[in-house]
Amino acid sequence: MKWEVVIGLEVHVQLSTVSKIFSGASTAFGAEPNTQASAVELAYPGVLPVLNRAAVSRAIRLGLALGSNINRKNVFARKNYFYPDLPKGYQISQMDLPIVEGGHLTIQVGDEEKRIRVTRAHLEEDAGKSLHEDFHGMTGIDLNRAGTPLLEVVSEPDMRSGEEAVAYARTLHSLVTWLGICDGNMQEGSFRVDANVSVRPFGQAEFGTRCEIKNLNSFRFLEAAIQYEVQRQTELIEDGGRVVQETRLYDPDRGETRSMRSKEDAHDYRYFPDPDLLPVRISEAQIEAERIAMPELPSAMKGRFMSEYGLSAYDADLLTSSRELAAYFEEVARASGQGKLAANWVAGEIAARLNRAGLSIAACPLDAGRLAGLLARLVDNTISGKIAKDVFELMWESADSADAIIEAKGLRQITDSGAIESIVDEVIAANARSVEEFRAGKEKALNALVGQVMKASKGKANPAQALEILKKKLTA
Amino acid sequence: MINSTLKALSQQLAAKAISSEELAGLYLDRIEAANPLLNAFITVDRERSLQLARAADAVRARGEAGLLTGVPVAHKDIFCQQGWKTSCGSRMLDNFISPYDAHVIERCAQAGLVTLGRTNMDEFAMGSSTENSWYGPARNPWDRNAIPGGSSGGSAVAVAARLAPAATATDTGGSIRQPASHCGITGLKPTYGVVSRYGMVAFASSLDQGGVMAQTAEDCALMLNTIAGFDERDSTSVERTGEDYTRKLGDSLAGLRVGLPREYFADGLSADVARVVEAAVAELKKLGAEVVDISLPNTELSIPAYYVIAPAEASTNLSRYDGVRYGHRAAEYRDLVDMYERTRAEGFGREVKRRIMVGTYVLSHGYYDAYYLKAQKIRRLVSDDFKAAFESCDVILGPVAPTAAFDLGANADDPLQMYLSDIYTLSVNLAGLPGMSVPAGFAANGRPIGLQIIGNYFDEARMLNVAHRFQQATDWHRRVPAL
Amino acid sequence: MSLTHQDVARIAKLARINVSDDEIDAVGAQLNTIFDMIAKMQAIDTDGVEPMTHPQDSALRLREDIVTEPDRRDAFMAIAPQAEAGLFLVPKVIE
Repeated sequence: MKWEVVIGLEVHVQLSTVSKIFSGASTAFGAEPNTQASAVELAYPGVLPVLNRAAVSRAIRLGLALGSNINRKNVFARKNYFYPDLPKGYQISQMDLPIVEGGHLTIQVGDEEKRIRVTRAHLEEDAGKSLHEDFHGMTGIDLNRAGTPLLEVVSEPDMRSGEEAVAYARTLHSLVTWLGICDGNMQEGSFRVDANVSVRPFGQAEFGTRCEIKNLNSFRFLEAAIQYEVQRQTELIEDGGRVVQETRLYDPDRGETRSMRSKEDAHDYRYFPDPDLLPVRISEAQIEAERIAMPELPSAMKGRFMSEYGLSAYDADLLTSSRELAAYFEEVARASGQGKLAANWVAGEIAARLNRAGLSIAACPLDAGRLAGLLARLVDNTISGKIAKDVFELMWESADSADAIIEAKGLRQITDSGAIESIVDEVIAANARSVEEFRAGKEKALNALVGQVMKASKGKANPAQALEILKKKLTA
Repeated sequence: MINSTLKALSQQLAAKAISSEELAGLYLDRIEAANPLLNAFITVDRERSLQLARAADAVRARGEAGLLTGVPVAHKDIFCQQGWKTSCGSRMLDNFISPYDAHVIERCAQAGLVTLGRTNMDEFAMGSSTENSWYGPARNPWDRNAIPGGSSGGSAVAVAARLAPAATATDTGGSIRQPASHCGITGLKPTYGVVSRYGMVAFASSLDQGGVMAQTAEDCALMLNTIAGFDERDSTSVERTGEDYTRKLGDSLAGLRVGLPREYFADGLSADVARVVEAAVAELKKLGAEVVDISLPNTELSIPAYYVIAPAEASTNLSRYDGVRYGHRAAEYRDLVDMYERTRAEGFGREVKRRIMVGTYVLSHGYYDAYYLKAQKIRRLVSDDFKAAFESCDVILGPVAPTAAFDLGANADDPLQMYLSDIYTLSVNLAGLPGMSVPAGFAANGRPIGLQIIGNYFDEARMLNVAHRFQQATDWHRRVPAL
Repeated sequence: MSLTHQDVARIAKLARINVSDDEIDAVGAQLNTIFDMIAKMQAIDTDGVEPMTHPQDSALRLREDIVTEPDRRDAFMAIAPQAEAGLFLVPKVIE
C-alpha cells in the first residue's frame, strides 16, 4: 500500500521583547536561575498580569505578513493544568478569539511553490524549566523563562512530506527574524516546533490518527523525527496495529520518538476567559501604524529585485533569504548603479567568502560601499574583471578602498592605445606561429594572442582594446 | 477616645491632644484584652505597630502630617503586607510572610495610617460567617454566640468593638456589607475597579473589590479617599480622575429618588429586618427622599449564577497553592501528584475545597456551556435589571441579609443555607455596582441590622451622602456593644 | 442531575485535592445539594443573551515594554518550602 503523509506544525515563536508578557521582569536568556522570576512569574498571592504592548505589536506584524485576519477583539483565557513549571496552575493563552486568524505562508520546495495555510496564531506565556539533574532525587524548578511572550503559530495539515515541513519551518523562521519579532535562536529555544504527523492510504479523504511530536528545536531534528514517526506509523498499521493519538517526544540520541508518559492522564484544560484581563481591542489606526513600521516583506522584495534589477528568480530568492543580505545587496546595487553585477558579486564572491569564513553578512568585513566602489572601477574600465578579483581579495583583508588599492598596486588598466599598440607589436613579433595560424583562418589563435598581450601587460591592458588593435594590425 | 470616629481622632492628633503612639497603645491594649473573646485579629504585632506610630509622630513633628497621619487602622488578612503574615484565613498561607505590599496597603502607608493588626476572615474570603477561618471563628461583639458575618468578620468585629476606628475589607458577594450589617457598623464596597486588586489575595477576580469599614459614612469616605484610585498594576483598575468622596456628604436629600425593589421585600425576609428597613426608608422620606417602586426580577437567579461564577474563578485562582514556591507543603508524599493532592487537602478547609470542586466541575469538558456560560448570561440579565432600575431612581435601598446574625454553628453543616442568605448582596457584585450597609436598628434579640444602599456605577459620593444624612438623623451607628 | 462516586473522584483528581475514598460520597452529597440549587438556572431562557464575563465593558490597557522588576530571588527563596542552588525543589518530574 502507498501511504500519504499529513503534517501540520505548531510553532512556538518567542517574541523578542525585553520584558515578560505580563510583568516587567527581564526576558534576557542565560541568567542565574530564578533571578528573572518576579512575584508575577512566581504566582504570589495577589499579583496580577498586565499585558506587554510590544507582544501585541509583534503578533500584529506577523499576522499582516501572513495575510491573516487580525482580530480587532481578542481574548486571553486560562488553560488550567498542574505542573511545577507552571506556577499559577494555569497558562494565560488565547482560545476562542486569538489575535491572528487565517493567512498563509508560501514555501519553495525544489522548483515548486506551495501555499501552506495558517490556522491561527495566538499569544501566550512560556512556562519555566524543570531541571532533572539530581537534587537528592528531586527536580529543580527555574522560572526565569516563565512569562516570556510566545506567539504560537498553528498551520493547517497542509504538508505532505518532511521536506515540506522543514521548508515551512525554515520559511517561518526567516520571516519572524526578518520582521524582527523573534531572535530566531533555536539553541536557546526561541523557535520551537511541535509536529502533528499522521499517515493515510493514498486517495483516502479522511485523515489518519495523528501523533504530536513536541519541542523540536532544530530543523534537522524536525526532519528526522518526522521520518521516524512516519515509518513507525506505517509499520504499525501494516502489521495490523492502530496508531494511538498521543504526545511523543523525539530523542535525538536514539533518533526515535517515544510516548510521553507523564502527560498520560486525560487533559481537561477548563479554558475560560481570564477575569484579570479585559479583551484586547486593536484599532484600525494601530494596524496601519504597524503596517507602516514593518519592513518590506521578503516575498515583495523578491519580486521587486526581479523587476527592478533584472535578477533571476533564483538570485532574487537567494538575496532575500535574510533582511541583512537583501539590504547589503541593495546598497551595493544602488551605489554602483549595477543591479545584475551587484547580484553576481554578492551571491558569488561575497557569499562564497562568508561561507568559507563561517561569517554572517552582518559580520562581513567588506562593507557595501567599498564593494560598490570596486564595481564602479570595473564598470568604468579602470580595471578588468580579473584584476577586480585580486583587488577584492586585498579589500577583504584590509579596510582600504578599491581606488586606494588600485593606485597603490598600480593596477589601473592600460587604455592608452599607444601603449597597448607597442605591447601588441611586441607580441606579434614574438608569436609568429600564432600570427600565421590566425592568418590561415584559425580564429582561435587570436585568443592566444590576446592572452599574451594580457600577460605582457600583467593583466592591465584592456582586453577589448587589445583585441581590437590586434585585429586591426593583423588584417591590415 | 476609643469611641471617637476616624475624623475625630485625626483632629485630636492634629491638636496634639494625643500622640499616635499613645493612641495605638490604647487600641493595642483593648485588642489584647478583647481578642481572646472575639478572635477579631489573626496577627497583632505590638512592637511593629508602635514603631509605625512613632514614625507617624515623627512625620507630624516635622510638620508633614496629612489628614490621617498617625490614625490606627486594621487590615483584613487578605491584603499582602510586607513583613506581615498574610494568611487569608488559611492554613495554606499560615507561614506566608508577604514580601510585598498590596496597593491598598501602600496607599494607607502613604497616608500615614498605622497598622494595628491583621483581621480574621473566612478562608480565602469564602463564607458569610467567619466560621471558615483556619484560626477559628470571630465572634459578634453584640452577642458572642452569634456569628459576626463574613467574610470580613474580623474587620467588622474590630470596628464594632472599638478595637480599631476603621478597617479595610473586601467584598466578593457581600463580604463587607453583610458583616457590617451584623455588627452594626458602616461598610462600603466601591464600584468594581475603583480600588486596585493588586496585592489582594484573589478569590473571584471579576467580583472581588476592596473597600472599607468604619463607624460612620463620613469615615468611610475618608478611608475611600485614601485607598481608591488608579493603579496600572491591575488591568481592571479604572482610569478616572481622583474624586473627593466627602464632597457630597452634606447635600440635601430633597427630591432624591429611592428605589425599593419588590423582590427584596418578598418571602424569606424576616419580620425584624423588614421592620428595620421600612423604618429607615420612612426616615429618609422625612429627609425629603421620594420612594419609587422598582423591580429586579432576576434577583433570585443571582444565587445560582454567583455560585457558578465565583467558584469557577476561585478554582483556578487557587491552583497556585501547590506547595512549590511558598506556603504549606505536606510533610509526606509519594510523588509529585501526591504532594499536590496532600498539600491542597491539608492546606485548604472544607468550604474552600467544596468551592474549588464546584468550580472545577462547571468549567470541565462538556459542562461549560450548561453552567459557566449559562451563569454568565444570567449575570447579564441581573446586571440589566439594575440598568433598567436606575432609569427611575438614584439609589436603591433594601435589606443586606434576610435575618440578623444567626447563631454560631447554626449553618455549619448546611453550606446551601448560607449561600441562600446572600440573596440581597450577590447581584451587586455580579453587576459590579457599589453598595453600602448602614446601621439601621436591631432585631428583637438585640442583634444589629443594617440598611443596604446600592448606588449606580461610580456614584459612591451619592451613596455616602444618603448614608451620612441618615446618620445625622439617627444614632444607630453610635450604639456600642457592651463587652 | 446527580454526581456519581466516579464524578467526584474525577473532579477531586482534576483539582489535585486528595479526597479519601470513604469521604467521597459525603462530599458528593453536599455538592449535589449545591448543584440542585444551581440547576434552577436551566429553566431560564437565555437565548440571544450576551454572556457577561466582566463588569467592565472596556478594552485592556497595555504596558510599555520596559524592565521594571529587580532580582528578588533571595527574598523569594527564603520562604520556599524547599530550595537549593536558586531552584525550587519538587519531587521528581517524570517525562
